[in-house]
Amino acid sequence: MRHLLGIDQLSRAEIEAILDRAESFAEVGRRDIKKVPTLRGRTVVSLFFEASTRTSSSFELAAKRLSADLVSIKSGGSAVDKGESLKDTIATLSAYDPAAIVIRHPYAGAAQLVAGWSEAAVVNAGDGKHEHPSQALLDLFTLRRRLGSLDGVRIWIVGDVLHSRVARSNLVAFQAMGAEVTVCGPPTLIPRGIEALGCKVSHSLDRLGEAEVVYALRLQKERMAETFVPSLREYAARFQIDTRRLAPRQLLMHPGPVNRGVELSGEAVDSPQSLISEQVASGLVVRMAILYELLAARERPTPVEGEGVRTGPTPLGQPA
Amino acid sequence: MSEKVVLGRDDLRRTLRRIAHEIAEKNPAPDSLAIVGIHTRGAVIARRLHALLGEMTASELPIGDLDISFYRDDVGAKVPASQPVVHASHVDFDLSDRTVILVDDVLFTGRTVRAAIDALFDYGRPQRVQLAVLCDRGHRELPIRPDYVGKNLPTARGERVNVRVEEVDDVDEVTISEPCAAEALA
Repeated sequence: MRHLLGIDQLSRAEIEAILDRAESFAEVGRRDIKKVPTLRGRTVVSLFFEASTRTSSSFELAAKRLSADLVSIKSGGSAVDKGESLKDTIATLSAYDPAAIVIRHPYAGAAQLVAGWSEAAVVNAGDGKHEHPSQALLDLFTLRRRLGSLDGVRIWIVGDVLHSRVARSNLVAFQAMGAEVTVCGPPTLIPRGIEALGCKVSHSLDRLGEAEVVYALRLQKERMAETFVPSLREYAARFQIDTRRLAPRQLLMHPGPVNRGVELSGEAVDSPQSLISEQVASGLVVRMAILYELLAARERPTPVEGEGVRTGPTPLGQPA
Repeated sequence: MSEKVVLGRDDLRRTLRRIAHEIAEKNPAPDSLAIVGIHTRGAVIARRLHALLGEMTASELPIGDLDISFYRDDVGAKVPASQPVVHASHVDFDLSDRTVILVDDVLFTGRTVRAAIDALFDYGRPQRVQLAVLCDRGHRELPIRPDYVGKNLPTARGERVNVRVEEVDDVDEVTISEPCAAEALA
């Protein structure tokens, strides 16, 4: 794996390898000293052109817990404000010889472009309405811990599917792990032709009872140039997940941030079925595993000495 | 590839029993001991030593295991396929004021042990650390020496020492095999 740009580039075996690795990092998080020296001397750049709390903080903490050096840039307050282009920003940051660039950008395909401009491993932390692969992986990790396996599990993704990169990545990821996915929302918020991805579509919550997992999405008011719902009240009346609609045996997930009272009721967020804070905890260890997977398997950025034969010290415990 | 058995099933079990005796002799207060094995086969051998020491001293010692993947000094120097499988570490007891017996199957360059000591200190500050290995094959690259050795095996650098244990490999034995071309390069 050279970059993590989208979930569809990963096979089921590769996904499982990352989740297993994350399990070991969960153990690191239970120690007194929650830090390992694995990526000592590498530089990780985190570049956020869109607001983020969870994704940026967990990627940054993940890099620190792996002992990497971190440069963290938000579009507000950086030279991006002065009109510097994405390409020039990457060229500038490449001067620090980063091992990885974690990027969130409002336009689909931004991470892919950056991968072409830089030597670093690129992690897509969300590009427009396209993909958010690390979110999908942390959701798989959270569910695998609860359910063991996702084979045959029925998952409903409810809400603003149209504007959601999480919906796209998670739909692919859940199906890759054997789950049966239904997307649900008003027709204006379901992309036309989404059945082609292999999911079912519902425009009402009537059959929500068949789901074992309910994955609610945030109504993305910032991406809505026109009116997609008559009013927030009417949307909430028809599509809000509340404790009346959610059965005690069903698990509730949400990628955050939650609009309380819109897609989820306050009680549902705080209910025992809610995995929302577990998702945040998973985010840290899964992002450690992603950085490890991308960087630990890759040559250090040192000058090449000779071709083919490594001249370094004997690898640890080689025939041991 | 020719393979020569240097320790058979009974030899291996006798050797472990001897190491356990030496540990008990050198540490008169068994209550302050703890055993920590290095994944994968070091952890198996640690469990066997733990059982033997339990019989001898009639006390239940704390036991743990360490995965040292995150502490290696060659991270990034390997192709993905040969990246080791990660097993989580388990050290669920307080290390302070204890003598920790670190256990591995083969002592070679010393790099694994260096990494394991680093990992161990992230769990606490043991009073003393001692090293027990089933085989010492020489070729050290670091100033590390074992406190308990099952068998000294003079080897050529390119040879391979294979420790097999019933829990993992269905057989108890230690063998030396000739290098094959690919391994000699690695």
